[in-house]
Amino acid sequence: MEQLQFQVPSRAQSQRRDAVLVGVVGSGNCEVLLEATTADAMCVATIHTAAHGFADIWRRVIEDFAIRRNAGGLRVEINDVGATPAVVTLRLYQAIEAWESGDA
Amino acid sequence: MDAPTVNTSTRDWHDGVRSKAARLERAAALAVGKRVEAPQTTALLECILEPGDRVCIEGNNQKQADFLAASLVHTDPARVHDLHLVQSVLALPEHMELIERGQVSRIDFSFSGPQAGRLARLVERGKIRIGAIHTYLELFARYFIDLTPNVSLIAAQAADTAGNLYTGPNTEDTPAIVEATAFKNGIVIAQVNEVLDTLPRVDIPADWVDFVVPAPRPHYIEPLFTRDPAQITEIQILMAMIAIKGVYAEYGVTRLNHGIGFDTAAIELLLPTYGESLGLRGKICTHWAVNPHPTLMPAIEAGFVQSIHCFGSEVGMERYIAARPDVFFTGRDGSLRSNRAFCQAAGHYACDLFIGSTLQIDLEGNSSTATRGRIAGFGGAPNMGSDARGRRHASETWLRAGREARRHKAMPRGQKLVVQIVETFREHMTPTFVERLDAWDFVQSANMDVPPVMIYGEDLTHIITEEGIANLLLCDTPEERKQAIRGIAGYTPVGLARDVRMVENLRDRGVIRRPEDIGVARREATRDLLAARSVKDLVLASGGLYEPPTRFRNW
Repeated sequence: MEQLQFQVPSRAQSQRRDAVLVGVVGSGNCEVLLEATTADAMCVATIHTAAHGFADIWRRVIEDFAIRRNAGGLRVEINDVGATPAVVTLRLYQAIEAWESGDA
Repeated sequence: MDAPTVNTSTRDWHDGVRSKAARLERAAALAVGKRVEAPQTTALLECILEPGDRVCIEGNNQKQADFLAASLVHTDPARVHDLHLVQSVLALPEHMELIERGQVSRIDFSFSGPQAGRLARLVERGKIRIGAIHTYLELFARYFIDLTPNVSLIAAQAADTAGNLYTGPNTEDTPAIVEATAFKNGIVIAQVNEVLDTLPRVDIPADWVDFVVPAPRPHYIEPLFTRDPAQITEIQILMAMIAIKGVYAEYGVTRLNHGIGFDTAAIELLLPTYGESLGLRGKICTHWAVNPHPTLMPAIEAGFVQSIHCFGSEVGMERYIAARPDVFFTGRDGSLRSNRAFCQAAGHYACDLFIGSTLQIDLEGNSSTATRGRIAGFGGAPNMGSDARGRRHASETWLRAGREARRHKAMPRGQKLVVQIVETFREHMTPTFVERLDAWDFVQSANMDVPPVMIYGEDLTHIITEEGIANLLLCDTPEERKQAIRGIAGYTPVGLARDVRMVENLRDRGVIRRPEDIGVARREATRDLLAARSVKDLVLASGGLYEPPTRFRNW
C-alpha cells in the first residue's frame, strides 16, 4: 500500500457542508471522501493506492481536477483499490457534483 | 505486325466440369443419393480433395462446420495436403491442427478470435503463409474473383432427402460460400444436425449441394454477442451517455451498426432510460444492421427500434426473434433469416453510423486489434467502420457530418460517422492510446504488405473516452488532430504529452467536448441507469422468451 499526498492550488469552493462520500470500498469500488478545510485556495489530496509507481499520474489527475473544478478548501481522500485514473476521475467529479448540489 | 493468335482449337473449355465429375465419381460408392453417413466422412474428403485445392471449412462468426473440420483432421496427409483455406473465421482448434499437420499451406481469412495467439505462433514458426487478412465482405468478394473455393464444407440445421438445406436462424455466410462454389464447378458438402421429410423453409436449394452428412452432434454455435449487464461499469455508462447525447442526439442518428462489446451494450441498455429522458425515442436508433444482441431487447420493447437486419443470430434469442417479426427479418417458418454478406453491405452503404471498440489508437486515429503475439483479424469492422465512398443517397446525419468535414471544399457530399468508444486505459493499466501501433510489428513478423489496421484514421470521425468526445471532422491540421486525440487520452503517456493551451483552444471550438460541455452529469452515471442490470433482467424484459445459454444463467 502506497500513500501519496498532493497540495495544489484551486479556486475556492463556495458551498460549506458536511463530508461527502462516494463509492464503496467494501464492494471493491474506488472510494472518494470530500471534507471542508480552512485553506480556501488549496485542494489537499491523500491517496491510498494498491498499485506502486503511478505517483505522476495521480498528481496530474489531482491537478486537472483542481483546475477544472472549484476544489479550494476541500480535503480529498481517495482509496483507489487499484482503480484506473478513469474511475478515480469519475468518483472525484461525482463527489464534487454531489457536494455542489447539496445532496448527501 | 501479326495479330496475336491463340490456339483454342484443342481446348474444350470444360476442365472444371471434368474435374468435378471425376471427384464425384471417386466418391460415388460412399454415398446413397447425396447422403453420406458420418463414419464415411473422412473417406469422402480423401476422395474429393486434391492437393492445391482452395477449401472453405465454413467457419462463421458463430456457426461452425465442426464435424467436417474434425473429419478433415483425420484424413491422410499423404493424400490431403497443400490445401489453401479460404474462410471467414479460423476459430476451431481443428483449423490450427490442420496447419500443424502440414495439410494446409496457405490461409486467406477474416478473423481468428480464439485462435489468435496460436495462429501468431504458427506464422512465426513458418508453418503457414497468410495470403491476406480480409474483411468479411472483401473475402466473399474474392470468392467470385480469384479465391473461388474448389470444395466447401458447410453447416446447416437440417436437410431433406433431396438435399435442400434449412440453416435455421444462423444462415450467416452459407449463401455466399455455396453460390461461389456451386456455380464454378466446386463441390459442396453439408453437415446437418438432422434429416427431415419436409423442411421448415429452404435456405439453400438441393441443386447446389453435392453431399449431405448427418453429423453425430449438432454443429457448434458460439454465443459471441451476449454481454452480461452485470459486468457493465460506471465508466462504460458514462461513455454511453456521452455517445447518446453528444453524437446520437446531436447528429440524429437513426440508421446504425453497433460493434461487439460492453461499451455498445451499455448504449443499448441506456436507450430506454437515458435516451427516453432526453426525448429521443423515434428520433435515434430506429434502423439497425446488427446481430440480435440480447441487450437490445429493452430498447426494442420500449419502442425505440423499428427494424433489425442480422449478420447471424445469437444463441437463446430464437423465440424472442420469432415473436417480433415486425422488427426482424424472418422466414415463412417464423424464424430469423440472417445473411452476413447482405448485412455487411447494409452496414456499409445504408447506415449513417458505426460505433465500436478497439485495443489501440495512434495519433492519426488509426486503430488496430492486432497486439503483440495475437493475429486476430478484422471481421466486419473495417466495412462498417469506413466511409462508403460509393454512397450516393443523402440523409440528414450524413450531410451534417459531410458539412463538418468539407468546410473548405466546393462539392458537397456527406460522410459516415465512424466512432471509436474506448477507455483511455485497458486492463492492467495498458494504455489504449499509443504513439505507434503494435500492428507495425506484423509487417516483419508475419511478412505482411501493410500493417493490419482495423479502421484507418482518415475514416474515423469521433473518438469517445471517459474524458469526452474528440470530433476529428472539425480539425483543420494534422497537428490539431493529434492534439484532439491527446486531449481525450486522459492520463496515458499520449494524453499526458498534450499541449494544454492547444487542447483548451480545441475545447473552445467544440472539437473536444467534455461531459460537462454537453450537459452529461457524472452523478447520473450509475448502474441504476441500465434498463437491465443482469441476464435475468433481460429474460424478464423479453417476457420470458429469451433463453440464455447456461453459462450466462446464474440464478
